[in-house]
Amino acid sequence: MTLPRTLFDKVWAAHVVTSRADGTDLLWVDRHFVHEGSHHAFRKISERGLAVAEPGLTFGVTDHYAPTRGAPANDEIAGMIRRLSANTGTHGVRHFAMGDPRQGIVHVIGPEQGLTLPGLLIVCGDSHTSTHGAFGAIAFGIGATEVAHVLATQTIWQKRPRSMRITFTGRLSPGVTPKDMALAWIARLGADGARGHAIEYAGDAVRALSMEGRLTLCNMSIEGGGRFGMVAPDETTFAYAEGRAYAPKGADWDRAVAYWAALRTDDSATFDREEVIDAAAIAPTVTWGTSPEQALPINAAIPAATTDQIADALAYMGLTAGQPLDGLPVDQVFIGSCTNARIEDLRAAAAILRGRKARVPGLVSPGSEAVRRQAEAEGLAQVFTEAGLDWVASGCSMCVGMNGDIVAPGKRCASTTNRNFKGRQGPGARTHLMSPAMVAAAAVTGTLTDVRKLMEGRA
Amino acid sequence: MTTAFPPVTGIPARLPLDNVDTDQLIPARFMSTPRAEGYGRFLLHDMKADTPAANLPEGAQVLIAGRNFGSGSSREAAVYALVDFGIRAVLAPSFGDIFAGNAVNNGLLPARVAPEALAQIEGAVMVDLQACTIRHAGGETPFDIDPVWREKLLNGWDDIDLTASRAGEIAAYRTRRRAGAPWSIPADEQE
Repeated sequence: MTLPRTLFDKVWAAHVVTSRADGTDLLWVDRHFVHEGSHHAFRKISERGLAVAEPGLTFGVTDHYAPTRGAPANDEIAGMIRRLSANTGTHGVRHFAMGDPRQGIVHVIGPEQGLTLPGLLIVCGDSHTSTHGAFGAIAFGIGATEVAHVLATQTIWQKRPRSMRITFTGRLSPGVTPKDMALAWIARLGADGARGHAIEYAGDAVRALSMEGRLTLCNMSIEGGGRFGMVAPDETTFAYAEGRAYAPKGADWDRAVAYWAALRTDDSATFDREEVIDAAAIAPTVTWGTSPEQALPINAAIPAATTDQIADALAYMGLTAGQPLDGLPVDQVFIGSCTNARIEDLRAAAAILRGRKARVPGLVSPGSEAVRRQAEAEGLAQVFTEAGLDWVASGCSMCVGMNGDIVAPGKRCASTTNRNFKGRQGPGARTHLMSPAMVAAAAVTGTLTDVRKLMEGRA
Repeated sequence: MTTAFPPVTGIPARLPLDNVDTDQLIPARFMSTPRAEGYGRFLLHDMKADTPAANLPEGAQVLIAGRNFGSGSSREAAVYALVDFGIRAVLAPSFGDIFAGNAVNNGLLPARVAPEALAQIEGAVMVDLQACTIRHAGGETPFDIDPVWREKLLNGWDDIDLTASRAGEIAAYRTRRRAGAPWSIPADEQE
């Protein structure tokens, strides 16, 4: 008889190449994604005269510095993009470069291309790699030294993290989205609430989510300190993956599904930590400060500066204690990023914007070129442009500002992204995180707004 | 005995704020710079403007910081900025998981110290990784670090070197994986 195991335990065990006496395992990596930021790691292996061990399991994509309006903003940015092409070319690694119909944000294109699958171990030099866990994969962000190690060996040394399950019971209310689920748990448990743990998201409200929704939820794991976030695969997962370019075909597909169906936490398995959240009690949520844990329901007010930490955040954000969140004027909006730029996100935002005008300027950057084409075919792009927002190409764009898409100092931006850190969207930028529908509502009113007031008679 | 991580001494710099994320440690726009040019000048670059404590004293080798230090992005450049500035040990109640691993991979010690104990550290310190203690004018304060990371720092181990001796096991696993889980290979890679 085998001991009851969690989903994480099962996928981890399947990847152990060898173990050290000190409890560290050498794990096999099924997929390694690299981007422009991987230049440090490529240099490290070049300096040692090493080759990429498994070019066939390594995929490059241009996203962090990708221009969203024509040419790169300056020579330095163009250089970063060229360097990735050169490095992937030298090592025979496939690269979804600018102009490739498969290009987009790494955490959007992995699932889209069928590279992200249940039961895989996936790494990338980007903390939002937790996104891919939505398929029931172990997926985590790594630093440049680890990227170099994976390039050179296709393996990574890791100590098993502690286990944690976050169960969302019940059903989400209308106007409440996976982004709100994420902000709600992070606000409750803290930006380091899941530190040292691998999270499994479970419960009826998680089961009911589409793949896009699960990807958003797993994406935000790292904002609560969790390097890993997972959802057990089910029919929703299989239906999404089937037929995608790099997904298994024929007998391999059948064999895979048979294996994947068993990738669930055994009923009697226990977790080091359990948290239960009532999904029905979650309201549309926005951040007010400079950490994702500083989030509140839209009908709340700015908290009192009871600590230096809060006072510091309020000063940076230009806010006063007691001010209602609803009605707070914003200068601009951004819809994009690996968190919320998939087709469902764009549909949700367009449902609010259709037939309305934005009172503030804004940028909409689809998560991938494939999402861009689909959104244009569905007429969503037209909704955005008719509302007065800019519809641009795909990349990380204004979430991290590396390509030059930044929020000016002191400007307030309602954003579908993942980090409201000081300066994240540009030096001095003031970021409020929220769902795509909430950003659309902010565009329509020019203020933070409860989207539910704008939903009457709409999907 | 000789060690790759001898005790670190000096007056610690202090940055007593929680959640100092890697975007604060190094803003994204500096990350296209080659490492050879040095990252020390980028450390806490934008935070210096409005947070006086972010102007760390030149020559500091120890930094006392708040909860969840180094949270956020996986950018190893955050560690490069600290190391190139001269910091060899950060003492904080907790660290972002990815940051802490990156630190160890670059010879920077992430030492966990309870907030109450951190507050009692006075004057010059000596951070001794061998003994996992911080000696200072107010006495001796223990710190926590994963024993695997402690060994790695003390021995100056490099993972690629360690893994080289495992090549046979990796090759055997690869064969097993390809035979046992052919679906795990990208569809266009299959023989």
